[in-house]
Amino acid sequence: MSFLKKPKISHPGLPKNDIGLTIRDYEGAMSTLCAGCGHDSISTAIMQAYFELSIEPHRVAKVSGIGCSSKTPTYFLGGAHGFNSVHGRMPSIATGANAANRELNYIGVSGDGDSLSIGLGQFAHAIRRNVNMMYLIENNGVYGLTKGQFSASADRGSTAKKGEANPYSPIDPVLLAISLGCTFVGRGFSGDKEHLVPMIKSAIRHDGFALLDIISPCVTFNDHEGSTKSYAHTRAHMRETVHADFTERHEEIVARVEPGEYKKITMHDGSRVGFKRVDESYDPTNRISAISYIEEHRAQGEVVTGLLYLEESSSEMHSILGSSQQAMATLPYSKLYPGTETLARIQSRWR
Amino acid sequence: MTNSKLNDFVIKLANVNGTGSASANGLLMKSIFRMGVPVTGKNFFPSNIQGLPTWYEIRVSKHGYLCRSGKVDFMVAMNAETYNADLAEVDPGGYLMYDSTWPRKDMVQRRDVTVMGIPLSAMCNEAFESARAKVLMKNVAYVGALVALLNIDMDVIEHLLKETFSAKPHLADANMQAIRMGFDYASENFECPLPLRLESMDATAGHVVVDGNTTAGLGAVYAGATVTSWYPITPSTSLIDAFSIFCQQLRKDPETGDNNYCVIQAEDELSAIGMVLGANWNGARAFTATSGPGLSLMSEFLGLAYYAEIPAVLYDVQRVSPSTGMPTRTQQCDIVSAAYASHGDTKHVLLFPSDPTDCFYMSQTAFDLAERLQTPVIVLTDLDIGMNDWMVPEIKWDESYQPDRGKVYDAKQLRDMDAFYRYLDVDGDAIPWRTLPGVDPKGAYFVRGSGHNKFGGYTEKSDEYKEVVDRLRRKFDTAATLVPAPILNVDDTKPRLNDFALLSIGSCDGAIREARDRMMLDSQTNIDYMRIQAFPFHKDVIDFIDQYDQVFVIEQNRDAQLRQLLSIELNIDPNRLIPLLSYDGMPVSSDFIVEGVAELMKQGHAA
Repeated sequence: MSFLKKPKISHPGLPKNDIGLTIRDYEGAMSTLCAGCGHDSISTAIMQAYFELSIEPHRVAKVSGIGCSSKTPTYFLGGAHGFNSVHGRMPSIATGANAANRELNYIGVSGDGDSLSIGLGQFAHAIRRNVNMMYLIENNGVYGLTKGQFSASADRGSTAKKGEANPYSPIDPVLLAISLGCTFVGRGFSGDKEHLVPMIKSAIRHDGFALLDIISPCVTFNDHEGSTKSYAHTRAHMRETVHADFTERHEEIVARVEPGEYKKITMHDGSRVGFKRVDESYDPTNRISAISYIEEHRAQGEVVTGLLYLEESSSEMHSILGSSQQAMATLPYSKLYPGTETLARIQSRWR
Repeated sequence: MTNSKLNDFVIKLANVNGTGSASANGLLMKSIFRMGVPVTGKNFFPSNIQGLPTWYEIRVSKHGYLCRSGKVDFMVAMNAETYNADLAEVDPGGYLMYDSTWPRKDMVQRRDVTVMGIPLSAMCNEAFESARAKVLMKNVAYVGALVALLNIDMDVIEHLLKETFSAKPHLADANMQAIRMGFDYASENFECPLPLRLESMDATAGHVVVDGNTTAGLGAVYAGATVTSWYPITPSTSLIDAFSIFCQQLRKDPETGDNNYCVIQAEDELSAIGMVLGANWNGARAFTATSGPGLSLMSEFLGLAYYAEIPAVLYDVQRVSPSTGMPTRTQQCDIVSAAYASHGDTKHVLLFPSDPTDCFYMSQTAFDLAERLQTPVIVLTDLDIGMNDWMVPEIKWDESYQPDRGKVYDAKQLRDMDAFYRYLDVDGDAIPWRTLPGVDPKGAYFVRGSGHNKFGGYTEKSDEYKEVVDRLRRKFDTAATLVPAPILNVDDTKPRLNDFALLSIGSCDGAIREARDRMMLDSQTNIDYMRIQAFPFHKDVIDFIDQYDQVFVIEQNRDAQLRQLLSIELNIDPNRLIPLLSYDGMPVSSDFIVEGVAELMKQGHAA
């Protein structure tokens, strides 16, 4: 359906955000994914999150690798620059882009093939550097564009469409990320937009690398019985751990205590994430207990979801590097040029 | 028989790596330079940290020739393991000095070489306390002996040591003590100075001694580069080290103390080039440096950058390949792989600096061209240029220089236009306009490696795809008009020698210049020589080749890669391009070229 152009007509009654934009201003081109694809729901949640945060679309940079998920940045935030790079290499594009301009908001969209197979190295190292970005893995356990091969996130024993079982153990991006020192790790489900939007908003506001692993069923190749990444299986085995509610800084947050909230974490910009306890025992600020909790429930065949780990006190890449606050890309040449006298002084050392 | 040579000889120092010989050899070379005598130093080192043979070759040349001559007049044989080979390499009538603490009587002897033993270790063991000093100082002591034997100015040595150790005066004293020990022993036991010796000149004014990785790194600073990402690989690592160190010194914001630069050590070369593209896409001048194996890994992204039209600068400091090859030896072996890096119909702009000064200037050229043409520019230097000590003219800086950022629409221009389309050829030079993220919503477009049309939209339509790649081919024609023109050397005062000419690139230049002088002196005729500075080939290259029946194409690789590129891209009859190839991993010498040309002519070429 890519030849169809969506008319840009806004209903006069559409609600506007703080900068006077409607949700239509956060849309992109028409999706070319299969009808019912989980990825499209995620794109909708992304638009909603940016709309609610009142971020100007052109101050966002969208980056992706290769695959169905990596196509999606075309389908949201049409006013933002996008970079559909090569397979598994989006993290390096994002890192370089962020190095050049720390003032923009970065969203990276990837898939389980893109991040956990060909791009596992870059994924891990972007986490290590704590690049300030939101990184989404739209996780369906399968290679869609090449017609149904298992990906590295497919569970052992999960079956392909034609029935064969996957013999290999899966890579869980959430566990991997927490063990690598990722400072924000969440897992969501494309079929659960209500919880997805606040989690995406928190991830956008996080000052560092925010990973969201979003189970996003592939309706064409991996939504059958026997698949552990189907809508039905995910709904049945999802274990919600914590609800994250996101509160912007300018909203009054001091006096308000949400019922059931037991923990608040202040983000670097003053906004807050409030956690509602779903499971009494879960502590999203304790790396060790988070890992063991996720492992325990995985052993029972459950998929733990929620904002699973958050460390707001960490330093993102530019703080580690000691970079100037002004974006490298906008530093005038006069600030970069050391001058002829300096050159003479340097050369005097070469005599 | 001894050779008598004034300010025109080669000293080679055979050492064991990891013993601190590099600073002693540097001191020796620099003292000759300070005496006003033209000099260059080449380091032949193993891919190893400690214990393997290493050599440093110092060419003293009153004529200012910078290349290897192909001969050794004075060998300092400090490594017993390589003694026989080192002795064998000395030119008849030459000299050899060794550490006679361990006699080498049963070693090979040569009647035509004057062998001088000095008990360097014994002297240093006695004079110095610490184990480390005993090892280090014997190197300094042989420099002392050379001061006497070669007539090096002692004041210059003393001054250099004081300068080097200005922060640690006791080290200057210890070094001077070792110098004196060597000097006294040589003075008492040999007739000093030798007929092979130095005399002060005034031929180094306006010159500096520096390696090309240092100047390339500094060039990137002066070009306004702010982001670099790289993965360590010999011999390019010191280029990034230089950039980082210069940035630490020159790019700290005076008010905030923050860094006006970003250096990121990547996890591999795939990531390094990815970061460079991300940063360039976002408007920073960003670059990487690597060598052959890294270039291979970067190829996929280079294709994307070519097709999606993203500027990037890549320094490839070439080393011996294929595969891991010999990482510490030099070659010009990535010409074809750089020119066509990546799958599909890709072509890249290449620059070929010939020496460290060139590396500085070409850094600005590279960044300017990359942004003007919106494409990767690969600076093909090599280990010889990058890591050896060259005496070169000092760098002159044009104060009025402003970076050419190419065609980038700003917010105002975007607001004033109806619509922006990324890949339209609005100016007829096949270079489209680009926009930077974050500037204005009207500038938004989607970079993709997959099929896109001239408007920047996704396409799988044949004619739309062809339209884009045909423009990219035309853009390469534009590139040929913007790259540096070749440098032509013609001596019109002499008649033309036969109907041939010399054509080459990069670090061959020094050897060719000397060889050409020698051949022209012998024959009293002129030999035309052109050095190509860039790919795509400038129109002058074609015009030059067209003038001769045959052109000797001199380069440092086995498969005549420059010649391949010339025949493919310029559609020249390969029979007119005669290869002369040096690919043993050592910098090409003037002897090799003189002998090579003579041999080719004997075979009937250009007769």
